[in-house]
Amino acid sequence: MEPAIAARGVTKTYAEGSKGVPALRGVDLDVYPGELVLLMGPSGSGKTTLLSILGCILAATSGSVRIAAQEVTALTEKELPRIRLEQIGFVFQGFNLFPTLTAGENVELMLDLKGIRGSSAKQRARELLEQVGLGDKYDSFPSDLSGGQKQRVAIARALAGEPRIILADEPTAALDSQTGRNVLELLRRLAHEHNRAVVIVTHDPRMLELADRIVRIEDGIVVTGPALSNQQSAFSQTSFGRSFA
Amino acid sequence: MPPLARRNLFHDKIRLAVTLTGIVFAVVLIVVELGLFIGFTVTTSSLVDNSGADLWVTSKHVPYVELGVPFSERKLYQVRAVPGVAQAEKFIARWTQWKRADGRKESVQIVGFNPDTRIGGPWNLVAGSVQDLRTPDTVIVDEIYKSKLGVSRVGEVFEVNDHRARIAGFTRGIRAFTTSPYVFTTFKRAQDYTRVPAGQTIFVLVKTVPGANLEQVRRDILERVKDVDVFTTPEFSRMTRFYWMFTTGAGVAVLLAALLGLIVGFVVVAQTIYATTVDHLREFGTLKAMGAPNRYVYKVIIEQAALSAFLGYLLGMTASIFVVRASQHGGAAIVLPWPMAIGMFFLTLGMCVAAALVSINKVTHLDPAMVFKG
Repeated sequence: MEPAIAARGVTKTYAEGSKGVPALRGVDLDVYPGELVLLMGPSGSGKTTLLSILGCILAATSGSVRIAAQEVTALTEKELPRIRLEQIGFVFQGFNLFPTLTAGENVELMLDLKGIRGSSAKQRARELLEQVGLGDKYDSFPSDLSGGQKQRVAIARALAGEPRIILADEPTAALDSQTGRNVLELLRRLAHEHNRAVVIVTHDPRMLELADRIVRIEDGIVVTGPALSNQQSAFSQTSFGRSFA
Repeated sequence: MPPLARRNLFHDKIRLAVTLTGIVFAVVLIVVELGLFIGFTVTTSSLVDNSGADLWVTSKHVPYVELGVPFSERKLYQVRAVPGVAQAEKFIARWTQWKRADGRKESVQIVGFNPDTRIGGPWNLVAGSVQDLRTPDTVIVDEIYKSKLGVSRVGEVFEVNDHRARIAGFTRGIRAFTTSPYVFTTFKRAQDYTRVPAGQTIFVLVKTVPGANLEQVRRDILERVKDVDVFTTPEFSRMTRFYWMFTTGAGVAVLLAALLGLIVGFVVVAQTIYATTVDHLREFGTLKAMGAPNRYVYKVIIEQAALSAFLGYLLGMTASIFVVRASQHGGAAIVLPWPMAIGMFFLTLGMCVAAALVSINKVTHLDPAMVFKG
C-alpha cells in the first residue's frame, strides 16, 4: 500500500545567530491510510517541527516528503497551500476556531475554501457536526462550547476538506482526561473507519492504548516506531465504539 | 463565504467606533474643504458666469473681472458694428465705499449694467425687480449682506461714495469671494459711484446672434477694435477663478486642508485596521495553515476595510450635509455637487483599502507555522 505520508532523511536546521540549530537530523517516517500514529517525545525533541513539515507548513532543510505520492519539498510557497487544502486537515492544541463565527460557520469556512458554498455548504456543515456529535450546536459560538466540543468542531472543520491526512498537535492538552479520550477515540475512528492517516503529537501517556503506532523522537531523531497491532483490537472494546456507533 | 470580515469588524465595538470616527472625521474635513474650494471657485466667477454674455471685451491685459481698466465708450459702437453681434452693453465692476446709517464704511463692489437688456444684471431676485433700478439712485444688494451693509428693508437710503443709494430689491445667494458685497445698479449710476469718467466703460459685454461662430466674432472684434482683449465667458471665468484660487494662494490653502483630512483619515484608519488585523493574526495564521491562499486572507481584510469605508461614508456624508446646509446662511458657501458626493465614496473606499494594505503586508509575511506555537 502507498503511504499517505512518506518522509525520508528529513532534516531541519533553524538559524540562530551565525550558527544553525538542528531540530531534525534525518527522519524517516511512513504513515499509512487507516493508521493512527502518536508522535511522542520530550519538549524540544522536534515533534512539532516534524508535524509542520509533514503538514507542508514548514520547509525541510533537506530530505524528501511525499504527501499522497506527491513530492512536496520542491513545491513553491504558492503551491503548498493547495496541498494543505486538498490533502491535510489540522487539529490544533488551542482549537483555533474563529470566535466570531458559529460552529457551523467555522466548518463552512473550510468548505468555502474548497469552493463549496450556499445551501450545500450549510447542509454539509450540519452533517459534519452531526458526525462529531454536535448536530445541535450549529448556531453556537465557540465561547458557548466546552473545550471538548470546541475540539470536535475543529475536527469537523478539518474533515470538511475531506483530507487523506489529519495532523493534530496536542489535541487533548487543553481537555480533561475523559474529554481528551473521547476526542482521541473520534480521531481513531476517522483513521479506521474513514481510512485516513492520522498523526497526533502528544505528551499524554494515557492515549498510548488508542494508538496503532507510537513514534518516539528525541533530539531530532526517530528512536522507535513499533506497530501496536494488539491495540487495534482493544479499540473496539472502548466506550467510543458504543457512543459514536 | 462566512461573514468573517463583518463579524470581526463588529466584534470589537470600541475599535469599530474609533475606526468610524477616523473615517467620519476625514470625510467631513475633505467634504468641507473641497466644498469650500468649489464654493469659493464658483463665487469668484459668479458675476461672469451669470452675466448672460457670450463675449467680454476688456482693456488689454486685464487678468480678472475685478481688475478692469476703463476705456472709451466709442469702442462700444465699434463692437456693435461687428457682424454676428446681437447686443453689446457697457458694464462696470469696481470697488468703492458704502456708508452705513451708523457711519461705518464698508467696501462694496459696484456692478453697473443696462437694466433694459439685463446683460450683467442680478439674478435670484427675492424682492424688487431689475426694472425698479430705473427709479433714481436705486441699488439691489444680496440679503446675505444685510447685516454687513446695515440694510434691513427696501426703501432704506445709504451713501455710496458720497452719492445717494436707495435699496430697490434683494437677491438671494449672490456671494462675493472678497469681503466686498456686490451692489447692482444702472451703468450710469455705477459711473457716478465708482467715478469712472463719463464716456468710458470698464467692459463691453456682447451677446452674439444665434448660431454665430464665437471665434469668428472674437477675431472680427479684435480686428476692428484697437487695444482691447476679447474673451469668451468661460475663458474669462477661468481666468478669474485661477487668479483668486491659485495666484492668491487661497485655493491652495483650502486644497491643502483637504489633503490633510485625507492623510489624517488614512493614518487613523490604517492604524485601527492594522490593530484589528494584529488582534486576529492567529486566525489569519489558521486560515493560511488550513490552505487558504494569501488572496483569500486579503479578501477578508479588504472586505473589512470596505465595510468600514461604507459605514464611515454614510455617517460622514450625513454630518457633511448638515454642515453644507448650515453654510447656506453664512458668507462662505460649501458646495456639495452630487458628482463630488459620489467621488467622495470612492475616495473613502480607496483611503480605507489603501490603509488596509499596511495590514495585508503584515499578513503576507505571516508564517502559518505560528499555529503550532502554543
